[in-house]
Amino acid sequence: MKWSIFLPYLAVTAGVTYLIRMLPMTVFRKEIKSRFIRSFLAYIPYAVLGAMTFPDVLYSTGDIRTAACGTAVAVLLAWRGRSLLTVALAACCAVALAQGAILLM
Amino acid sequence: MKADFRRGIRHGIPIALGYVSVSFAFGMKAVASGLTVIQAVLISMTNLTSAGQVAALPLMAGGAALTEMALTQLTINLRYALMSLSLSRKLDGTMGTLQRMIFSFANTDEIFAVASSQPGKVGKAYLYGLIITPWFGWSLGTLLGAAAGTLLPEFVRNALGIALYGMFLAIILPPAREQKSVRAVVLMAVALSLCFHYVPGLKSISSGFAIIICAVAAAAAGAVLYPVKEESA
Repeated sequence: MKWSIFLPYLAVTAGVTYLIRMLPMTVFRKEIKSRFIRSFLAYIPYAVLGAMTFPDVLYSTGDIRTAACGTAVAVLLAWRGRSLLTVALAACCAVALAQGAILLM
Repeated sequence: MKADFRRGIRHGIPIALGYVSVSFAFGMKAVASGLTVIQAVLISMTNLTSAGQVAALPLMAGGAALTEMALTQLTINLRYALMSLSLSRKLDGTMGTLQRMIFSFANTDEIFAVASSQPGKVGKAYLYGLIITPWFGWSLGTLLGAAAGTLLPEFVRNALGIALYGMFLAIILPPAREQKSVRAVVLMAVALSLCFHYVPGLKSISSGFAIIICAVAAAAAGAVLYPVKEESA
């Protein structure tokens, strides 16, 4: 990507992300009073990650069938509370195996 | 002081190892989206956030407006505001305003979790020890993924493509299993996201705004239906 296009994007992503982290630790140190806002902030990470994962995960491997296998394994292990690394690597292995199986068929 | 720094380093190493593998996948994805290796590494060195960086890639590749980029990052990274606010109360006297300005840059989900779980207050020696290896691991993994990703055979690259999403699932599913409220919020966000991908008309809305609308609507509905209890702020 051309630097003239890339650098403004870099400045915006890094700047916004930094300010979100920095301001509440330095300037706004008060507790949030509104119960609605506290609830909203508590739920936003799950909403963001849910929306980012589906349906994108099904297109992450170049073949919806292998991605479905990887997703099934990831959902099962994550549901059982396995660590980030275990879930991520097991999903990769499931996709690799599914690719092998499709080649053999 | 020195002992605190070393303790921080020791606590940071497992985080760093996890970061190397996840950012490897990010580096690959970044190069596939048209960024150079150096650009991919610069994003990781200055952002230090998985979901925000992943969401930024299609926006950069698609030439999105800077306001859309800013709003998308704001929505996705809003959770850090809460973490910084919470951690702020745990910092001791060695963490003046300047130290807070430096440390807050690296307040990721995992660093927040480890720092918050320490007994008593935490100071700058421990915290700087804690953030240094994860930051290095995140940047190094990105470099390796961006530089070596294209050298890997296609079937390995395909398999690694799912790694980031596996990590996202590992973050959201355990609390979704335990709490009905989180489960409802995740299901609403996923349902909305599916609409934005497949329903004609909604499909034309760009990925940044789609994430914002899905996340804000689902979290707001969750806040109305299941307000959090008083003490769990």
